[in-house]
Amino acid sequence: MDTSALIVVLLAAPLFAVVWSLLVRRLMGWANLLASLVCLPVSIALLAGADRPRQFFDRLLYLDRLGAWVLLCTAVVYLLSSMFALDYMRHGEDTGRLPNFYALFALFAWTMFAAPMANMVGVYWIGIELTTLVSTFLVGYERSAESMEAAWKYIIIVSGGISIALLGTVLLYWGGTFVLGPTYTLDWGTLDAIAPRMPTALLQMGFLLSLVGYGVKVGLAPMHTWLPDAHSEAPAPVSAMLSGALLNCAMLGIVRFLAATDAAGHGAWPHRVLIALGMASLILGALFILRQRGVKRLMAYSSVEHMGVVALGFGFGGVLGVFGALYHMLNHSLNKTALFIGAGSAVHRFGSHDMTRMRALPRTMPGFAWLWLAGAVAITGAPPFGLFRSELAVLLAGLQDSGTRWAAVLFLLLLIVIFVGFLNHFRIMFTRATPAMPTGPLPGVLAWLPMLLAVAALLVFGLWWPPLFSRWFGQIAHALGATS
Amino acid sequence: MLALHLNPVLASIFSLIAISALVLAFVMLGSRWLKDYMLAFAAQSWLIAILSALVGYAGGYTELYFVALLTALFRGLVLPLMLLWILNRLHVNRELHEIVRPSTAMVMGAALVIFAVVVAYRIGEAVHIETRTVILALTVMLSIKLIGFLMLAIRREAISSILGILLLENGVFLGSQILVPGMPLMIELVLLFDLLVAVTCFAVLVRYLLSAVGATGSQALQKLVG
Repeated sequence: MDTSALIVVLLAAPLFAVVWSLLVRRLMGWANLLASLVCLPVSIALLAGADRPRQFFDRLLYLDRLGAWVLLCTAVVYLLSSMFALDYMRHGEDTGRLPNFYALFALFAWTMFAAPMANMVGVYWIGIELTTLVSTFLVGYERSAESMEAAWKYIIIVSGGISIALLGTVLLYWGGTFVLGPTYTLDWGTLDAIAPRMPTALLQMGFLLSLVGYGVKVGLAPMHTWLPDAHSEAPAPVSAMLSGALLNCAMLGIVRFLAATDAAGHGAWPHRVLIALGMASLILGALFILRQRGVKRLMAYSSVEHMGVVALGFGFGGVLGVFGALYHMLNHSLNKTALFIGAGSAVHRFGSHDMTRMRALPRTMPGFAWLWLAGAVAITGAPPFGLFRSELAVLLAGLQDSGTRWAAVLFLLLLIVIFVGFLNHFRIMFTRATPAMPTGPLPGVLAWLPMLLAVAALLVFGLWWPPLFSRWFGQIAHALGATS
Repeated sequence: MLALHLNPVLASIFSLIAISALVLAFVMLGSRWLKDYMLAFAAQSWLIAILSALVGYAGGYTELYFVALLTALFRGLVLPLMLLWILNRLHVNRELHEIVRPSTAMVMGAALVIFAVVVAYRIGEAVHIETRTVILALTVMLSIKLIGFLMLAIRREAISSILGILLLENGVFLGSQILVPGMPLMIELVLLFDLLVAVTCFAVLVRYLLSAVGATGSQALQKLVG
C-alpha cells in the first residue's frame, strides 16, 4: 500500500471507532480496540516507509521519520490503553455514558495522530489545541468535584499557555515575510529553509515563545501545574494516553523549532534554554516524588521528570543525545502505560487513590503486583530495562561537552534521588501489613495482557537495542542537523 | 510589507483601532461587572473585524473581507451571546472575590503596557522597522496578551477566566492582521472555528463545574495540591 493510503487508514480507524461508539452504542470498547489494533501496524509501516520527508494531500500533511516515530509511540499507547480500558471501565457505575467515553477516547487518539502530521506550523498549533479540547472531557469524565477541578485547570492553563505559542508562530511568520514576501505558507520545511535568513530577533522570540507555549503542554516545569491534576483525576486509561502519547506530540513541535534555530546557526543558547527547563522538571519531579501520597500523582510527577529527560536529550543534542531522547520517548510511553495500568487497577482494588491505604500488595494483588513493581523498577532507569539504556545515552551525551557536564552530573544525582524516592513508595506498599483485605475487584485479563506486553517490550529494549532503530535515529539526528 | 506603505489616513485609522482595542482591554480590567467584560470583548471583536476589512481593502487581500465577516459574526456576535447565555444560567453578575481592586489592576495593566512598548521598540530596532504603525501593532498585541494573563491571574469567576483566554487570542488576532495580513486564510478560518469549539467546551464545563463543585469561582478549586 502506498503511504497516503496508509495515512488514510491511520486517520480513518479511530474515526470509525468514534462513529461506531456514537451510533451503534454496543461493543464500543471492542470497536475501539479493533481500531487501535489497525493503527499499530499501520504506524510501523509508516515509520519504516518514511525514508525522506514527504508532503501529502495538497501539502496539508507532512511525514518524516521523526513525526512517524511520535506516531508509533502514540499507536503503542493507544493499543495498550484500549485493552486496559475494557477492563477498567467495566467497574464504573454509570454505564450509560460509556459510548461517550469511547467516542471521546478514540477521538483523542485521532487528534494525536493528526497533530504530529500537520504540515503547517499553524495547523500543528490547532491540532495540539484540539487534543486539549477533546481530552478535557475525558479528564472530567468521572464528574466528581476533583475531576471537574482538574478538567477546569487543564483547559484554562493549557489554552492560556498554548496561546503563547500562537504568538510565537505569528512572529515566525512575520520573520518569514522578510524573506519570502507577504504571502507564503509556513510549513516545517519552509521554516527550516528560511530560518537562517529571517531577522534574528524574530526567530529568537518565536522560538522562545513556542518553547514556553508548547512546554506548557509537554509539562516542563515550571509550566507543569495542570499535569499532576489532570493525570491523577482522569480515568487510568486516559492518564496513560495523556502521559504516554500526548506529551510526546507536543515535544515534537519543540524539537522542530529547535531544529530551525540550529539550521539558522544560533549556536548553543536554544539548547541551553531547553536544558534549563529539563533540569527544572527533573528537580521538581524528584521533590514531589519523594513526598507523595496519591498513587496517580506519583506517576504524573514521574512524567514531568521523564519529559525533563527527553528535553535534556534534545538539549544536549549531538547524535547521542538525539538517540537517547528518541529511545526514551518510546520507552517512557511503554513504561508509563504499564504504571498507569498498575495504578488504575490498584485504585479499583483498594477503592482509593491514597498510597497509605495500599498495603501488602503481593497478597492483595497476587502476581499482578510483581509486574507493577517491575514497571516501577524500569521507570527509575534501573537495568535491565529500556529506560536504563536511553537515560545512559542522554547522560553520556551530556558528559561529552564540557559546557553541559554540570547538567549531566546533576542529572545523575537526581536520578539516584528519584530511584530511592520512587521505589521507597513501592517498598512500603509491598511490605506493610494490611489491616483488612480490600474488597475491590482484581485486575482482569485485559489488565494483565497490556501490562505483560509493556513490561516484556521494556525488557527486550533493555537487553537489545534494535539496529533498525539506530538507523532511523541516525537519519532523524541527521535531519535535525546533529553532528558529532 | 503592507504597514510600511500605508497612506497617512489609513495609518491613522489603523492606529486608532489598535488603541481603542487596548482601551477596551482596560475597560475589562477596570470593571467588576461580568456583563461589562462581555460587552467590551464584543466591541473589541468588532474593531478587529473592521480592521481586517480595512487591511483587506488597503492591501488587496480579498479573503480578508471574508475573515472580517466571520470575525464579526463569531467573535462579535455568537461568542458574546453564548457567554450571555452562560451568565444568565449562572446567576452571577459581578466578580465577588477580587484579589486586587480594579484600580490597582489598572495600574498593573499600565505597567504591562510600558513593558510592551519597550519590547516593541526593541523588536522594531532589531528588524530595522521603526514605522509607527508597526510599533503600535506590536505594542497592542503584546499588551493585550499581557493584560489577558493579568486577568487570568487576578479574576476568579469562571466567566472571567474564559474571557481572559479569549482576550489573549484577540491580542494575537489584532497584531497579526497588521503585521502578517498574508497569513493563509485557512489558518484564520480554522482558528475561528477552533475558538467556537473552545467556548462550547467552556460552556459545558461551567455547567458541570456548577453541578459538581457547586461554585463558579476558582477559589473553590483547591482540592488538588501537592
